[in-house]
Amino acid sequence: MFTINNDRSKFPELDDAGNALIDLTSHKYLKLWQGPQHPGVTGNMSLELTVTGDEIVESRTHVGYLHRGFEKLMERRTFIQCFPTCIRLCVAEPDPNEYLLSSCVEELAGIEVPETAQWLRMLALEMARLQVLLRQVPGQAGTFALGLGYQWGNYIRDLILDRFEELTGGRVYHMYILPGGVRGLLPNGFKNRLEENLKLVDEFLPNVWDLIYTNSVFKKRAKGLAVIPKEWIDEYGIYGPAARAAGIMRDVRKTHPYLFYSEIDFEPFTTDESDVFARSLVRWHDLKMTVDIIRQILAKMPEKGDIKAPTPNVMHWKIPKGETYVKCESSRGEYGMYLVTDGSDKPRRVNLKGPSYTHATSVLEKLLVNANVADAAIMVSLATCPPEIER
Amino acid sequence: MKQLVEIIQNHFPINDIDLRKKSLAFISIHQNQAIPLLEWLKTTHGYKAFVLLTAVDWIEENRFQLTYLISNPDNFTELGVRVFIDREKAEMVSAHHLWKSIWVYQRELKEMFGINFPNSPRVNESFILEGWDTIPPYRRDFDTKQYSEETYFPRPGRSTNDPAKHMKSKLYPKD
Repeated sequence: MFTINNDRSKFPELDDAGNALIDLTSHKYLKLWQGPQHPGVTGNMSLELTVTGDEIVESRTHVGYLHRGFEKLMERRTFIQCFPTCIRLCVAEPDPNEYLLSSCVEELAGIEVPETAQWLRMLALEMARLQVLLRQVPGQAGTFALGLGYQWGNYIRDLILDRFEELTGGRVYHMYILPGGVRGLLPNGFKNRLEENLKLVDEFLPNVWDLIYTNSVFKKRAKGLAVIPKEWIDEYGIYGPAARAAGIMRDVRKTHPYLFYSEIDFEPFTTDESDVFARSLVRWHDLKMTVDIIRQILAKMPEKGDIKAPTPNVMHWKIPKGETYVKCESSRGEYGMYLVTDGSDKPRRVNLKGPSYTHATSVLEKLLVNANVADAAIMVSLATCPPEIER
Repeated sequence: MKQLVEIIQNHFPINDIDLRKKSLAFISIHQNQAIPLLEWLKTTHGYKAFVLLTAVDWIEENRFQLTYLISNPDNFTELGVRVFIDREKAEMVSAHHLWKSIWVYQRELKEMFGINFPNSPRVNESFILEGWDTIPPYRRDFDTKQYSEETYFPRPGRSTNDPAKHMKSKLYPKD
């Protein structure tokens, strides 16, 4: 009679190097590819799973389906020409890329950004976070086939994209933040229209709570799934909501306040359970907090003022030789950019460090071992964004 | 950061110090001393979080710069450790025993820059590219435009115009 040992920690057996002892000719195992077009995969990447029965025993992350060599391309472009490229480093939330590249350039060129522009940058970054979370929060339930909340979230997200279109001219890619400041002040009546949208988010929050977090199927599947131990946070380099769900405060806005975040009253939510449910819960609280932060920004920001510091002609702008690392908090966690310049009009090296780099590779490969094949969408709980891995 | 750099100077021969900002500094160290320094910073000075590892190709100096960026989660400071290696013998000791995710960076650097990290897990597995048979693409001497022209068949029906001549012919066809 077939019996199963519920302690899965010793399965599969590992060799001395830590590799799983899997004999594919034994007919006990099956190779299964999830992605690159699987709906549970957040963008075009794939997981090469080895399964036995319905249990995953090994996972290999494969990226490269979106690789266009962004970092290499930027080495052949002037700094201002890098912006249309850098925003594509994360399609879902492009604004942190603009902010980081601008900040790196400003730091190395010694440019002070005007106060009004800094508030407007904060607003753009928080609106970007809001529109991502409106998809991510209900999207986690969507991976367990509870798709209704995702439709609600996408509706409100579209309204936030309307505000972006009004502010920047673009819905997905904005290029609003440029070296020295931003491209424009708020249009007339913008604050009122954004406030109307925020009221819809206020209504959405309790509805999505009732739909997802009190749902017994979601709780049964997400609680206890893919637990990240606390000690992994620094060992692997886990950031943002995934770290805060493990009880470790990781939020650049708090630990390294940039722009005017030190003038905003907010406290990121943390919990200890560290499973898929906890990570989703942290994001629900993040969504609530983002609405509050946007309201505070709108109330505190100056109505008028300089929005751009003078810069040299951007087509011939040479940045002094140097290097720096600048970071901000994206919806997925710490998001950093390392820029090396050689005194020419083009970057010597641009390197993006997004949380997905470790989340989707070393962390996910580890978390998927012993998971049920139907739960491979735990990668959604890590909010991975493939373009920031393959850059 | 200044205080930390002074402590490091007492133990390791570092140079090219750049106190970039209050919470960020860069230092350079010889290739042979880099991994012992990183280990020492991790175990004795709280730099236990690894942020990134990347390379810069200084082709005119015939060397690669490797930058290990590490952070101290207790005082929220970051330190960039630069190591210069010979471009002709692009090889560095692996640091996979120090941080559990660094092998992914080393694997990428092997593929994109051709820098080898012997004994690093899965370092020879392809990461992004499959079946790549020319020089590593992130080296400065890899020409993306030339590669595209040689590799991809030009699409029919396309022509290239000089913008200035084209606009002149459109706007002033009689001239």
